[in-house]
Amino acid sequence: MPELIDIGYGVEVAVEWLDATLGPVFDFISMVLDALMTVFENALLFSPDIVMIVLLSALAWYIAGRGVGVFSLIGLSLIASMGYWENTMVTLAQVATSAIVALSLGVPIGIWASRNSIVHATVRPVLDFMQTMPAFVYLIPAVLFFQLGAVPGVVATVIFSMPPAVRLTNLGIRQVDEEVVEAARSFGSTDKQLLFKVQLPLATPTILAGVNQTIMLGLSMVVIAAMIGAGGVGGDVYRGITQMNLGLGFEAGIAIVILAIFLDRITQALGASSQKET
Amino acid sequence: MPYLRVENLYKIFGPDPKRAIPMIKEGTSKEDILDRIGCTVAVNDNSFEVEQGETFVVMGLSGSGKSTLLRLLNRLIEPTAGDVWIDDINVTNATAEELKVLRRDKTSMVFQHFGLLPHRTVSENVSFGLEIQGVDKEKRKEAAYRSIEQVGLRGYEESMTGELSGGMQQRVGLARALATDPEILLMDEAFSALDPLIRTEMQNELLDLQAEMQKTIIFITHDLDEALKLGDRIVIMKDGRIEQVGTSEDILTNPASDYVAAFVQNVDRSRIITAQAIMFDHPERLVSAKDGPGVAIRRMRKLGIESLPVTDSEKRFKGLIHIDDAVGLQRQEKRTLDEAIDKEVPTCSPDTAVSELLPLVWDSHLPVSVVGDDGKLKGVVTRTSIIAEITGPEHNGLMDGKGEEVDNA
Repeated sequence: MPELIDIGYGVEVAVEWLDATLGPVFDFISMVLDALMTVFENALLFSPDIVMIVLLSALAWYIAGRGVGVFSLIGLSLIASMGYWENTMVTLAQVATSAIVALSLGVPIGIWASRNSIVHATVRPVLDFMQTMPAFVYLIPAVLFFQLGAVPGVVATVIFSMPPAVRLTNLGIRQVDEEVVEAARSFGSTDKQLLFKVQLPLATPTILAGVNQTIMLGLSMVVIAAMIGAGGVGGDVYRGITQMNLGLGFEAGIAIVILAIFLDRITQALGASSQKET
Repeated sequence: MPYLRVENLYKIFGPDPKRAIPMIKEGTSKEDILDRIGCTVAVNDNSFEVEQGETFVVMGLSGSGKSTLLRLLNRLIEPTAGDVWIDDINVTNATAEELKVLRRDKTSMVFQHFGLLPHRTVSENVSFGLEIQGVDKEKRKEAAYRSIEQVGLRGYEESMTGELSGGMQQRVGLARALATDPEILLMDEAFSALDPLIRTEMQNELLDLQAEMQKTIIFITHDLDEALKLGDRIVIMKDGRIEQVGTSEDILTNPASDYVAAFVQNVDRSRIITAQAIMFDHPERLVSAKDGPGVAIRRMRKLGIESLPVTDSEKRFKGLIHIDDAVGLQRQEKRTLDEAIDKEVPTCSPDTAVSELLPLVWDSHLPVSVVGDDGKLKGVVTRTSIIAEITGPEHNGLMDGKGEEVDNA
């Protein structure tokens, strides 16, 4: 069958048009993301690696318990002794930046979708699309709008990692016991009071599960974004592949795994402790 | 003027609720309306009035629309048609702001599954209504502690609600509703989720609280015994319609429809029917002390009984006169009955339930005199009518036969 419809061409035209007309907007976004990332990078790399390792491990211990604390101490020391400390911290800064952006967009959209069924019906297929589109595809428009480097990597990561934040916020609020909501309304709560005094506190464990998902997806995407020059420890993996350097790829891979476990355990512990309170 | 008025209230769920109303008025059945336009009739043309301080119970099986009706009163659910008036506020037309004020100041609600906030302590839950109103922290804590004490939960103020049993959680729910000092309490199957012993305890507690508070209470239940116990008046609902409104006795003695009759047939009547309902109050059934033995003997002979209640000239109850004593007095040519009045006799108040009368006549053959709070004789209940009442109405021709008496005391 001959090619009858050329969607690809349409998308190209649309993206070029967007780039031409919204150029200043993209420049602004780029500036903000770059600034955020620089702040995180500087904070993480300000003190010597030994100090940072102890600080991060203490944080893990405080939030997630002794086991995770000890694991972090060993794991992060391993990363540093393999010589990947700086790149790992760059990756962590990118994950943090994209998580903050993804959550500050995703959670409000989730709240909105939970209160408005039209928004919910619109957002759902968009989320499905965002999650199932192969992650690499986001890299192309990201490069077109933001050139090469860490910023387009973060943009692609935000798009890829936002859906769980939206979904689980929406779900968490909709799952709040109808009777509790009725009780709040029966005492004359305004919509705002209902949201902040009842719905959000009760939805917190579910929302935090979304935060965990967003951060984990973010980490996986930041690594892929190394393909467009995002750098960090993903860059080491990518060099390992292109140079067929198994040792390099494996070491960088271990650094990513350790970082992933570190982030996952901490964010899960946040969710679990909020569950215990309720 | 009644405190709460409901006028021709409808709630229809579905795609085009307004279309269903003319169909209902033409007499189309609930099932046909659902088939033809996909609408569910939940509340169908309800009208009633509730006085201030009254406990008004809405009784119906599940699906009868009773919980929907309750939510129409404070507009947690929007009515399709009709009016609800609370005091002089038309709730159905109220703006969002008026509705907020109404919910904050006039009404409170108690829920079947409590509707508590699990992330807050008991006192934080109880002060929720005041918090919403913007009352400052110290004041609302004070009010919360007061209503927690009122419902008997002192000492649990700072517990988490999840640590409490069901009965205690519902006390928290009740305390939360009372903390804002509302005029109307809306109680949605408030005790239905509790086990029977706790439920009875909570019912008694509500009755005690209500005796003190005199709130207007709208109480929803599917349990007829609960309705009869708590309600000053009861409305029985079926398929969204009101089948009957009346006092417990009205409903038991005069069911308005076969549905109500079928419903009430298994009720333990002896707990509901009061002395007042079965007493004889004919003027010939008593004698004044100054009437003398002659009158007393004549009346006893005419009625074929052995004892008569005696009153003074103000109708205050003095005791019983027995036939043999009366004859003795007559022989001694006494003019009054004063010397021979038997004062050790059973008495009860007009509100005493028949079930409580039984022990009074168990080992005595004397009739029970019904004496009001003012000390005046209201009537007399015979052993025969008590036993007949307890064995059931089908054996009982006396229910509506006040005064025509053939029984021997």
